[in-house]
Amino acid sequence: MNARRQKRLWSILAILALVAGSIGAMLYALQQNINLFYTPTQLVEGIGADKIRPEIGQRLRIGGVVVEGSVVRDPESLLVRFDLVDTGPTVTVEYNGILPDLFREGQGIVAQGHLVEDRLIRATEVLAKHDEEYMPPEVAKALKGIQHVPPSQQTATESAGGY
Amino acid sequence: MFKWLHPLAKPETLYHFCGRLFPWLMLSAIGILLFGNLWGLVFAPQDYQQFDTVRIIYIHVPSALLSMSTYTMMAIAAFIALVWQVKVAQWSVLAIAPIGAVFTAISLLTGMAWGKPMWGTWWEWDARLTSQLILLFLYLGVIALYGAFSDRQTGGKVASLLAVIGIVNIPIIHFSVEWWNTLHQGASITKFDTPSVHPSMLWPLLISLLGFYLLMLALVCLRLRTAILEHEQHRPWVRATLGGH
Repeated sequence: MNARRQKRLWSILAILALVAGSIGAMLYALQQNINLFYTPTQLVEGIGADKIRPEIGQRLRIGGVVVEGSVVRDPESLLVRFDLVDTGPTVTVEYNGILPDLFREGQGIVAQGHLVEDRLIRATEVLAKHDEEYMPPEVAKALKGIQHVPPSQQTATESAGGY
Repeated sequence: MFKWLHPLAKPETLYHFCGRLFPWLMLSAIGILLFGNLWGLVFAPQDYQQFDTVRIIYIHVPSALLSMSTYTMMAIAAFIALVWQVKVAQWSVLAIAPIGAVFTAISLLTGMAWGKPMWGTWWEWDARLTSQLILLFLYLGVIALYGAFSDRQTGGKVASLLAVIGIVNIPIIHFSVEWWNTLHQGASITKFDTPSVHPSMLWPLLISLLGFYLLMLALVCLRLRTAILEHEQHRPWVRATLGGH
């Protein structure tokens, strides 16, 4: 390799390293802003080294798994209340609206709304978050014991809990 | 080590090489794509929770993977163009860019069509979605920069530099779902672990993926041939090949 090519090679590698370094530093600094949602643990215990917790009244998104047996529906309206968990404490979400078809107990969801109390969020939007596993219904039933019925197809007797 | 590559740096040789490769690539791409997509879209089973909507995977995942592979290919060509100043490497940057841009746009559009019924939203400023959108802008930026200079040589150099620098985005796209909390789920097949897709759905997906790769290579061959002819149109070999006057 002659000297001119070598010079070009090194200068391009240097530019690339500089750009990669600065973008890396930027993304690291913006870490909290890039996260789409708080997990229940982050909401309760705070994020990062400073343990920053969201304030009451703050608009935020919360993402976690719907706790089994925690879904309570109001038989008169669309009002629904359920608990979310990741690895630690649980957080309660209240939502008045139509749930996405993927919603079920044990499913991951992301809710957007306001923090009303320490661990209570009044959501204005609930999005379903599915995992990266895809399989036919028979396999899911045999392997994981899951038989998914979309909320819109559930019968009234199944879903009407006390409120 | 790269001795066999050297003759291909000569436009005339590369033109004929691509010409010989193109029919094989195109025919096998059409055959494999038809087979893989028909299997996936019609015969593969439904998903246990997404039902028929999961079939978007047979278009979405291959185009998303291709958008990143194509970018990597373009960045390597740009790097060779900058350091070794190989003419055909610089031409291939512009030959590859629109193909990658189309794959990126397909992955974004099919992703939106998949997100609305499943997640409940067309778009969310999630790290994966945003970095993929940036990839589209990088492709468009390379194309625009190439055309922004009246001197093609300068335009080619500047566009190649952008293409090389943009490679930083590729690992960000791939790892975005691990580094941050995102609405988009983690990787299903591009990981060092058993794929999380049931074999009855994985096979049509992998076959579709192979078909997409072959289609991309065929299109690159086609565009590169056109680019070579355009740049070398006054050379005697072009006149001899095309039988012009």
